Amino acid sequence: MNAEPTERRRKRGEDALRILLPIAFLAVGVLVWDLIVRLYDIKPFLLPSPGLVFATLVSDWPLLFQSLLVTLTTTLEGFLLAVVGGVGLAILFNLSRLVEYSLYPYAVILQVTPVVAIAPLLIVWLPQHAAVLACAWIVAFFPMLANTTLGLHSVDRNLVDLFRLYRASLGQVLWRLKLPAALPYIMGGLKIAGGLSLIGAVVAEIAAGAAGAGSGLAWRISESQYRLNVPRMFAALVLLSVAGIVIYFALSLLSYLVLRRWHESALGRDT
Amino acid sequence: MAHPSPAPPPLSGGVVVSLRGVGKTYANGVVALDHLDLDVRPGEFLSLLGPSGCGKSTALRLIAGLSEPTAGTVEWPRDATSERAHEIGFVFQEPTLMPWTTVTSNVRLPLDLQHLDPGKAAVRVDAALERVGLADFAGVYPRELSGGMKMRTSIARALVTEPSLLLMDEPFAALDEITRFKLNDDLLSLWASLRKTVVFVTHSVFESVYLSNRIVVMTPSPGRVFTELAIGAPHPRDRKFRTSAEYAALCRQASEALAAAAGGEP
Repeated sequence: MNAEPTERRRKRGEDALRILLPIAFLAVGVLVWDLIVRLYDIKPFLLPSPGLVFATLVSDWPLLFQSLLVTLTTTLEGFLLAVVGGVGLAILFNLSRLVEYSLYPYAVILQVTPVVAIAPLLIVWLPQHAAVLACAWIVAFFPMLANTTLGLHSVDRNLVDLFRLYRASLGQVLWRLKLPAALPYIMGGLKIAGGLSLIGAVVAEIAAGAAGAGSGLAWRISESQYRLNVPRMFAALVLLSVAGIVIYFALSLLSYLVLRRWHESALGRDT
Repeated sequence: MAHPSPAPPPLSGGVVVSLRGVGKTYANGVVALDHLDLDVRPGEFLSLLGPSGCGKSTALRLIAGLSEPTAGTVEWPRDATSERAHEIGFVFQEPTLMPWTTVTSNVRLPLDLQHLDPGKAAVRVDAALERVGLADFAGVYPRELSGGMKMRTSIARALVTEPSLLLMDEPFAALDEITRFKLNDDLLSLWASLRKTVVFVTHSVFESVYLSNRIVVMTPSPGRVFTELAIGAPHPRDRKFRTSAEYAALCRQASEALAAAAGGEP
C-alpha cells in the first residue's frame, strides 16, 4: 500500500509516453515526407506533400465526408449483422452439437476464402449495396462466431455443476452463466470484427468500382486513381485510416467498460 | 497396529441419505468407488477422511446428484428427491464464484434460479452474508476478496437456500493455516446455530477431528469405507480443544486409521 503512489506515478509516466511517442513519431514522419517532396520537387500526382493532402481534405470535404458516411454505414450494418449472426449461431452451436457439426465447416470455408476473390461474384449476383454489405458481413462474421464459440465452451466446470445442482433451466444457464463467461471472448471478437468489416466494405467498393456504381470512400479512391487525382486519394486514405482507428478505439473502450469491474484483461498491465 | 474403536450405534432419528453398495467406475476405467456403504444421520457433522484420490469427492458428488453411481443406490428415506435442489448446499474445493458479478449477486444466485421473489431473496441474502461476516462486502467483486473471504461467500451461497444438508468438498484446502483455523471455528458455530447436517470431505486428520462428530476413514483406489471414528468431544470446541491432550489422542487415532487404510485391508 505504501509503495502505491510512486508505483502509480511511474505508471502514469508510462501511459503518457505511450501517447506522446507515437504522436512525436508521426510528426517526424510528416516532416520528413514534406522535406523529401520539397527537396526532390516530386510532382503531386506521384506524391503530394502533407500540406496539399490536408488542403485537399478541406476543399473536398463535402464530397469525401459524404463518401465516408456511405462506407461507414455499410461497415456498421455489416458489423452489426456479423455480431448478431456470429453470436446467434455460436449459441445455436452450443445448444446443438448436430448443428455445430453440420455448419461449422462451412463457416470455416467462408472464412478461408479470400474476400477479394468473392467480391466480384457477389457484385454480379447482388445489387450494389447488398453486395458491399455482404462482403463487410462475411469477413466480420467468422471472428464473432469463433470467439463466441470458444467463450461459451470456456465455462468453469464447477459453476456448471452448481447450476445443475439448483436445477437451472437451459435459458438460465445460457443467460446467467455461459454468455457472461463468454463476454471477454465476445469483446475480443468485436475488436477484430470491427476492423475487418471496414476492410470488407472497402474491398467490395473497390471491386464494385470497376462496375461503375457506388460512392463510398474506397470507390472515391479508385475513381481518383483513374483521374490521377493523387492528393484526393491520399485524403480519402487518411479518412479511411482514421475511421479504422476510431472503430478500434470505440470497441476497445466498449470492451473496457464492460469488463473493467472483473476481467483480468481490463485490470491494468502490471499484474 | 492399534485398531480404532468400533463404530457407535446409529443415532436415533434415522438417516438423511444412505449410500448402499455404491460403485462408480469412470468411462476411462478408473474405479473411484466400490461397494461404499454410508449413512448420513440428521444433524451430524460427518467427515470423509482419506488420501487424495480415494473417491471421497466422488461420493459427495453422488450425494449431490451431480453424478450417477454405476452400481448401488443413493437413497433418500424422506423421499425428498423432487425437492433435493432445495435441500442441498454444496461448497466446492474452489470458491467457484461468478467473477462478473458482486458478492451479493453470487450469493443470491440459487434464489434467482428458483425465481424467488426479489424482496424475500434480498432478506435471505443479507442474512446469509451476515452469518459469514461479509455484510460489509456485499457490493464487492470476487477478485477484490481474499481467499478466505471468497470461501465465506461460497458458504453463504450454499446456506442461502436454507438447505438441511450441507456438502463440503475440501473447502479450506487451499487456504493458509490461520485462515483455515478461523473458518473452521466459524463453520462450527454456524453448524451449532443452524443445526444442519454436514458432510465434509478432507484429507486433513486435524481438520476432521476438530470439526466432526464422526469420521469415516476411506481406503484409496477403489474407495470404500475402511472404518469410522466417533469424536465425542463436546461442543463448542475452540482453541482450548485444539491444544488439548484429548484432541492430540484423537488425532493420533485418526492418523493411525488413515495409515492403516492407505496400507490396504485391515
